[in-house]
Amino acid sequence: MSNGDEPLLPLDAVKAAEARANPLRRLAGLLTSQRVRKLLRLTRVRIVSQAFFFSAFLFFCWATWTTRMEGYPVSRILEFDPLVMISTMLSTGYVYRYLGWGLLVIALTLLFGRVFCNWICPYGTLHQFIGWVFDIYKGKQSFERNRYRDLYHFKYGLLIVFLIMSWMGALQIGLLDPICLMYRSVATVFAPAADMALSEVQNAGVHAAWLDNLKFAPGVPRRVFVGSFWIGVLITALVGANVVIPRFFCRVLCPLGALLGAISRFSLFRINRDVHACTDCNLCLTRCEGAADPQGAVRVSECFSCMNCIDDCPEDALSFSMVGLDTKQVKPAPELGRRRLVFSGILGVLAYPFIKNHGTNTDENFKGALMRPPGSVEEHEFLEKCIKCDQCINACPTNVLQPATWEEGGLESLWTPVMNFDIAHCQLKCNACSEVCPTGAIKKITVEEKMGRGEFEEAGPIVLGTAFFDRGRCLPHAMEIPCVVCEEVCPTSPKAIQTEDVEVKDAFGKLVVLNKPYMVPDLCIGCGLCQAECPVKDERAVYVTAVGESRSRDRRLLLKDRSRES
Amino acid sequence: MSREPTDGPDKPIQHPEYEKSPMDRRTFLRRIASATGLVGTTGYLSLAPEDWPFSLKDRTGLRSIPKIRPFRLTDFQVAKPSPSHPDVAVGRGGSPTEMLRKALDTLGGLQHYVKPGDIVLVKPNAAFDRAPALGATTQPELLEGLVRMLLVDCRAQEVRVADNPIESPPDCFEKTGIRRAAEKGGGRVYLPDSNAFKVLNTPGAKLIENWPFFHRPFLNVDKVIGLTLVKDHNLCHASMGIKNWYGLLGGVRNQFHQDINEIISDLAIMMKPTLTVLDGTRILMRNGPTGGDPSDVAPGDAVLAAVDPVAQDCWAFEHLLRRDPNDQPEYLAMAEEKGSGQRDWRGRLQEVT
Repeated sequence: MSNGDEPLLPLDAVKAAEARANPLRRLAGLLTSQRVRKLLRLTRVRIVSQAFFFSAFLFFCWATWTTRMEGYPVSRILEFDPLVMISTMLSTGYVYRYLGWGLLVIALTLLFGRVFCNWICPYGTLHQFIGWVFDIYKGKQSFERNRYRDLYHFKYGLLIVFLIMSWMGALQIGLLDPICLMYRSVATVFAPAADMALSEVQNAGVHAAWLDNLKFAPGVPRRVFVGSFWIGVLITALVGANVVIPRFFCRVLCPLGALLGAISRFSLFRINRDVHACTDCNLCLTRCEGAADPQGAVRVSECFSCMNCIDDCPEDALSFSMVGLDTKQVKPAPELGRRRLVFSGILGVLAYPFIKNHGTNTDENFKGALMRPPGSVEEHEFLEKCIKCDQCINACPTNVLQPATWEEGGLESLWTPVMNFDIAHCQLKCNACSEVCPTGAIKKITVEEKMGRGEFEEAGPIVLGTAFFDRGRCLPHAMEIPCVVCEEVCPTSPKAIQTEDVEVKDAFGKLVVLNKPYMVPDLCIGCGLCQAECPVKDERAVYVTAVGESRSRDRRLLLKDRSRES
Repeated sequence: MSREPTDGPDKPIQHPEYEKSPMDRRTFLRRIASATGLVGTTGYLSLAPEDWPFSLKDRTGLRSIPKIRPFRLTDFQVAKPSPSHPDVAVGRGGSPTEMLRKALDTLGGLQHYVKPGDIVLVKPNAAFDRAPALGATTQPELLEGLVRMLLVDCRAQEVRVADNPIESPPDCFEKTGIRRAAEKGGGRVYLPDSNAFKVLNTPGAKLIENWPFFHRPFLNVDKVIGLTLVKDHNLCHASMGIKNWYGLLGGVRNQFHQDINEIISDLAIMMKPTLTVLDGTRILMRNGPTGGDPSDVAPGDAVLAAVDPVAQDCWAFEHLLRRDPNDQPEYLAMAEEKGSGQRDWRGRLQEVT
């Protein structure tokens, strides 16, 4: 500013000066400025959303631990999964606890299309991230590989097969549902690997307390998960497939994506292409996550609403807007012909008897190792509810819960939770697995209920199985060597393992007192502590099998509990 | 190397990038030298006799057997302020913490045993996932009181609380109330994971001369205090101050039931604690060592502190568990034989009310 007489300012400058003076206008001006708009564009917001949900997912996995769980909704992401809601509703006829929240995702899809896939889904985020890191394609290749392929209809067929199976009573969506798959892989593969790495740091001499806090399972011996190798192979292969076909899992296999895709045909917002502005340069395909053909007629059911194409369009021809701009430039429905629909329907109907008649898990022919966590509903019902997310396995503080292999009950119960008492025992006053189960396969129980105390006195404790002695291997019984670890650790009161004390001369002529243990099945709750602590390590001299479990009338052992007779 | 311009009207049939490059002398010599060096080094490492420097040769297969270097525990004992002080003190009357203070004062005061700046490890019994009232695990309020005394009265640098329970460690520490009590008092809890163990060498021990031991919390520790309670035990009749050290063992410790008396007397020489505190306010009279029924627990009115754990256990067996001294557990006599204390407490014990 010069002193004395001021020169007359041009109108723009006056406005600008006014704007500078008014803080509100200044803010508005700032927000609409080119730089800020570029900074706050949709793809940036999307990345923030993805980062948030991925961290939330990891946090929930970390918080799924006996000392941390209180209050955190650790299974919430599973409970928001509409496929879990719909398939369990089909198999059981009801919607368990929080599963109704899945409607929120459906509502979101009806508004904005498959935003779940690229804004929320932690597995989708993982795929996108890996695809981004290992993207080696340049030039024409980089967009040619994002064109729609006929293969991508496969997921819809898979969804139909899974849904028909669920409706008939064989719930198998957990095998491929992305959220279940992700929780399962973290619980049984990545969490123990991370803990192993942190332990190595501790072994190297760093003893800071936060290292323990960082662990998924602090303060326990190294956790192992039987057969988790194959869970690791599955997720690695699926994520690795990104190098060949970007978002291979999301485009080809994901049943949840298929469900949302089928719904998203009705969505209010979608990608719209202004055909007059478009120069057919195909650059919008460069980073198209869903292979949704934004360069032609947009396939709404394939579009993940990732908004990359809007960023990449040099002509500003693409926008995310309400439908109705140009109906000719859109393919709203999934491309699944009538023939394929019928074919997958037949497959679904066939799959049910195939699985059910495998026959390794009926009330007449079941494996003794098929012992379910406390609170589990009756086996038939259990299989209608368990989605193999393995949250229970992640929550288990002793490592007794293991993903079932093919051995225990075939494909139908693959990766569902079973208890392996060679590895550990079921902690008496613990109900962690029942707290986290999103579908009620393990119904929510209290410690009182588990132990049969208070108002559950009448019903008695939850019995997981029955312990038996192999007297040919038991040290006091077979070899006149004192032992009775089993009796010492038996946590029931009075003890289910009792002893008969005899004084004998052993093979070397020494007088020894033997406390020969025997089982009182009426008192045994099948917690497996005796088996876990038995020193006959390979094939235990005391072992628990499923028979006698209280959840099933058909797998019971005793007619009556003699300890309750007065 | 320079590249001939190949673009031109009469370019060769070969690929334009193709270029002939005969190896020059320098490159040839460099390659020969590095190949000789590589073969020579690996040859020396793998073929040189075992006693030559840097040799990796393992002719018999014995060199590659992993060598475990066991560590030793130091003697944590502290001499009494004067010979006239008792070896065992029994505090009676008041809250458990008051009884503990009386007992400790009779021994010459906790400040005599723990000096400012010491790192102290307190070993409670957290073996089972049981409520404190069931008398199977250390009372949390007594633990909190002790931790507080150590930090406030003795100005200890750090108090660690560690045990390797039989059941799930996080649950045991949580539900016995021991974690909360330890942290409320200002201590830090050390939970055992599989990496927290190292082989301990105990000279003179029969069963555990070299045995995995819960090592991590013992790094730089100056003083060790055992804090446990009096329990019936199915196999060795009584679980008291000495048996408490069992909770620091790792490995396949369930084999020790085959010779329980030997192992407990081994424990008595494995650990030479600064003090052993025995809580006699809740006594598990039967169904031990797990208990589980409140009717198994008898109330008591004593907290013991001792520099002689053998004498302490003998007195507790007789006066707290109220058993016939003639049925005394065998391991006490064996512990005396191994030199960790004297069973006869008469004349060395003082009761304060």
